[in-house]
Amino acid sequence: MTGRSFFSVFPRRDRSIIPGFGLTLGITLFYLTIIVLIPLAALALRPTDLGFSGFVAAVTQPRVLAALKLSFTTAFFAAAINAVFGLAVAWMLVRYEFPGKKVVDAIVDLPFALPTAVAGIALTSLYAPNGWIGQYLDPLGIKVAFTPLGIVVALTFIGLPFVVRTVQPVLEELDTELEEAAACLGATRLETFIRVIFPVILPALMTGFAMALARAVGEYGSVIFIAGNMPMVSEITPLLIVIKLEQFDYAGAAAIGVAMLLISFIMLLVINLLQRWSRRWAGI
Amino acid sequence: MSGAVTQNRAGRPALAEPLWVKALVMLAALGFLGFFILLPLAGVFTEALRRGLSTYWEALVEPDAFAAIKLTLLVAIIAVPANMVFGIAAAWAITKHKFPGKSLLLTLIDLPFSVSPVISGLVYVLLFGAHGLVGPWLRDHGIQIVFAVPGLVLATMFVTFPFVARELIPLMQAQGSDEEEAAITLGASGWQTFRRVTLPNIRWGLLYGVLLCNARAMGEFGAVSVVSGHIRGETNTMPLHVEILYNEYNFVAAFAVASMLAILALVTLLAKSLLEWRHGAELAATTRRH
Repeated sequence: MTGRSFFSVFPRRDRSIIPGFGLTLGITLFYLTIIVLIPLAALALRPTDLGFSGFVAAVTQPRVLAALKLSFTTAFFAAAINAVFGLAVAWMLVRYEFPGKKVVDAIVDLPFALPTAVAGIALTSLYAPNGWIGQYLDPLGIKVAFTPLGIVVALTFIGLPFVVRTVQPVLEELDTELEEAAACLGATRLETFIRVIFPVILPALMTGFAMALARAVGEYGSVIFIAGNMPMVSEITPLLIVIKLEQFDYAGAAAIGVAMLLISFIMLLVINLLQRWSRRWAGI
Repeated sequence: MSGAVTQNRAGRPALAEPLWVKALVMLAALGFLGFFILLPLAGVFTEALRRGLSTYWEALVEPDAFAAIKLTLLVAIIAVPANMVFGIAAAWAITKHKFPGKSLLLTLIDLPFSVSPVISGLVYVLLFGAHGLVGPWLRDHGIQIVFAVPGLVLATMFVTFPFVARELIPLMQAQGSDEEEAAITLGASGWQTFRRVTLPNIRWGLLYGVLLCNARAMGEFGAVSVVSGHIRGETNTMPLHVEILYNEYNFVAAFAVASMLAILALVTLLAKSLLEWRHGAELAATTRRH
């Protein structure tokens, strides 16, 4: 069909008798180019207006550095909280039976489905000094809303499903024979967990951690309501991009955007390596 | 003798934790989910209904809110089918054919998932904005993309780009091409093969992908916030309207609109779970838990 005429320039290694290659690949490449590649190229090219030194100067301004540092530390703590409690949730969902388990399993994905702005205002109202949770923390001198602590809360929410959903399948696949063998050989349950189970789920745990971290660094909607957004104190990097745009500093916004994109690529690379490692480790 | 294997000296099964450990793990897990999922969800509905049902209703039918609901639906109606067609095309090309650069293509399709929502909006402002690459040309020809509906649609397409393709590719890979090849050999056309053979095999997976794509399309905030320009009644989608109302301290109205989005999220979760329970085998194994 269209396959031969449209892509005849390419070496034709396709031996499939199924038609539609040219048409479907054509649609795919066209749509990918228009929606993703050209816009991303526009971002990558923009900071060239500034030159290399201008780019470095733009991303090393104290305010930008403070925002990057804040984004990464809060994302790190949120991902760490998710690693600990996500492991508990995954363990509970795989190993324990209790009524309503299916509902609990389903509700774990809520942060993927709930719009971030809704999560943002809901968490803010909970942790504000007069909120359901805030009213008990406020007398203790713990301020969550409008501080970096609030950012950690919001990022914990949006990263919640990642660790659970990466560890859960590995726990399900885990062969209990190994645990039985360990128990037979006299290991206590704790020893079995530390020496037998934990090493197997560690790569998945780290993958989930990295995914939650990557997502949290770029998060915007849920954070801006609870953060307070004070420059140098509680202003996250994506917000700084929005502020630069509102000041029509396109090159500055693009420079921060490119810096964030580079960091995301590195994290994506690490996640891929971790996933490869975990697949080999689990023998799947 | 098997007792020695399955039970330890304390008399509990060897593969179970002491009761207090189990209780502690359950407490930590359920407490965590309670604090981070149930409480925020309950908070949305409580705040929305704080002044009673009639105030709640008024907040939803107020003209600007109504315009926001209509715009959200419009954006989703354009973006979701576009991504559906793309997802099917990409899955067909990738799983039914061999060509060089396939893994690069897969990586590029995944790309929007790893980009910050703000950057997803930023790229279109840099391209089509007043100071953007083609902005001046567009202005001369009277075409408005950024701060108008086309920009919202483009940004939504970008952030929801991989959903359908990511569901269909592993699914169609697992199913193989034997049935399609048989149909073609028996004289079916490509389109007939797709409609009669492939589509029935992938329908639940397709629905699953479309469902998640739609939830994200209607709920996206960061990307559309950057390209919207926040013109009330014109370029405000529901999530953006929530922000405006909230920043005006109109909390009841903000939470009322937010509660609609929360209901959408809950319905999405319910439909997604039903699909997993009823048609789990016909969904892609890799994305079933996603």
